[in-house]
Amino acid sequence: MCGIAGLIHRGRVSDVGAEMTAMLQALKHRGPDSTGFAVYGTPKAGEYVMRLKLAEQEDMARGHGIEEVVEGRIAEVERRMEKRGARILSRERVRPYAMRYELRLDGDPEALARYVEEVEGTEILSLGHGLELIKDLGDAARVAGDYDLARFRGTHAIGHTRMATESDVDIRSAHPYWAFPYNDVSVVHNGQITNYWLMRREMERKGHRFMSNCDSELLAVYTAHNLAEGMSLEESLRRSIQEIDGVFTYLVATRDQLGMAKDTMAAKPLVLYESDDLIAMASEEVAIRAILPQEIDTWDPYDEEVRVWQA
Amino acid sequence: MAGVNSQEERARDLGMTTEQLTGRTQQRFFEPSEEERFVYPWAKDVDFNKRGEIDADGLTTTEVNRRIREMMAEGYGTIVIRNPRGKHALGVGILNRLNLIIEGSIGYFGVGLIDGPNVRINGRVGWSCAENMMAGTVVIEKNAGSTFGAAMRGGDLVCKGSVGSRTGIDMKGGTIIVGGDTGALSGFMMQRGRMVICGNAGKNLGDSMYDGMIFVGGTIRSLGVDAVPAELTDLDRAWLTRKLRMYGLLPERGVDHFQKIVAGKQLWNYDNLEPTEKKLIL
Repeated sequence: MCGIAGLIHRGRVSDVGAEMTAMLQALKHRGPDSTGFAVYGTPKAGEYVMRLKLAEQEDMARGHGIEEVVEGRIAEVERRMEKRGARILSRERVRPYAMRYELRLDGDPEALARYVEEVEGTEILSLGHGLELIKDLGDAARVAGDYDLARFRGTHAIGHTRMATESDVDIRSAHPYWAFPYNDVSVVHNGQITNYWLMRREMERKGHRFMSNCDSELLAVYTAHNLAEGMSLEESLRRSIQEIDGVFTYLVATRDQLGMAKDTMAAKPLVLYESDDLIAMASEEVAIRAILPQEIDTWDPYDEEVRVWQA
Repeated sequence: MAGVNSQEERARDLGMTTEQLTGRTQQRFFEPSEEERFVYPWAKDVDFNKRGEIDADGLTTTEVNRRIREMMAEGYGTIVIRNPRGKHALGVGILNRLNLIIEGSIGYFGVGLIDGPNVRINGRVGWSCAENMMAGTVVIEKNAGSTFGAAMRGGDLVCKGSVGSRTGIDMKGGTIIVGGDTGALSGFMMQRGRMVICGNAGKNLGDSMYDGMIFVGGTIRSLGVDAVPAELTDLDRAWLTRKLRMYGLLPERGVDHFQKIVAGKQLWNYDNLEPTEKKLIL
């Protein structure tokens, strides 16, 4: 079933980490397997934030010297960063298997990302100026607590509570997906994509990489491809309705935009609230009410509806 | 192609493409003369002038619904629910006379499976509001989600705002009135009843409908399979005027501009076939 949520503040910074946590916790019943956040802070010129995981959560419980393996992977990742010209400004080991780096990078971020991901067991969750992507097993309150999301301030965020149906219960298959290698683009999705393999092969022929077998990752790769081709976010969302089969509602966030698209059958839910300074959306109204308890006007977008909002 | 033609001919010989529906879809589910069918033996004797309130803040859906039943047992005929804040499945399965007033918006599957209460919701409703509703009235002041009134059998279901997709899907009776627009596939597989859309209708309106009537005051993006326009009769005008006036939705210019959509009845209708006839075409 899965639950998705998004919010964007127009022209101001807010406690988007805490707000998205409240929204996703209200959607816990739609998917208790994993929870993910893509939150957008205030970018600093020339600086990047990279979040990556070095093992799956369940790997850490197995023992067999995994701690030493992860230590080795961290050392190798940092060696590769420096080799590609990245200067590490700060490092934080947010979980035994997850790191957060602030970097100054003059080179090509895509080349850096590809080089770092060659380290076994390593997956970059996000790399961008504003985007920070956090996902793990468990509900929103647990993941937000583990990653200290309550103090995160920013302009917008999207999130996802996952009920695994098409692929495994692991971090790799959890949403949001970063639109690799396109900086600051992330996607959450509720639905099933029926021409996934056809579209995936087409994207792979064009040189894109997939890290999971989750159909939702296709939307991130597809969006990244379209944006790299010079398409606007709105154009990409509109095209996806024609080219991607299945039932879906999905949200895309960029550094300063938030967009939504609904399939031609309008089979997956989304409730929208829009005011002058805040736009909030979720699979169920109860999530919007978690941050806006007062009486508000909400509505369902229709089939093939596409909307994009600016931060 | 010969096989297809042969099958078409046999179907035509059976009268499948021309005859009127006479099977179960025309069955009367309630006989007005059988008075005892209108009250359940376990129904509570409530007084509409006895009014009580439930503050849903901090309560679960189950706790709110249980409290409604307890209050009906105590004779409350008017119950106000405050702070519903998008909770799902509020007010379901009420088989009793009752004035239920919900001050705010509710989530999915609200007031489903009801038989008799008059419900007013001063907010918005989520997906599948009043699903399988059997009798009574539900009036929603704001917008509604998709599958509004799915499989409803009787009563009046009114949304003064706009409604999502698949409004009245599998509708088997009663009346749905929408003050604004509806989304795609409204009236999909509709079997009986009447739907009134004062605004615009989305694509594939009335797709695969068996019977029933859909009235649209605005534009129709497209008609679904076997949904066809029909002439608006004087009886239709009188009914539309009365119903829309009742809920404060009668347009200033009247109802003459409404379009009427009915089933073309050209699709296969398995309902009319005897087992031996089915064998012929399968």
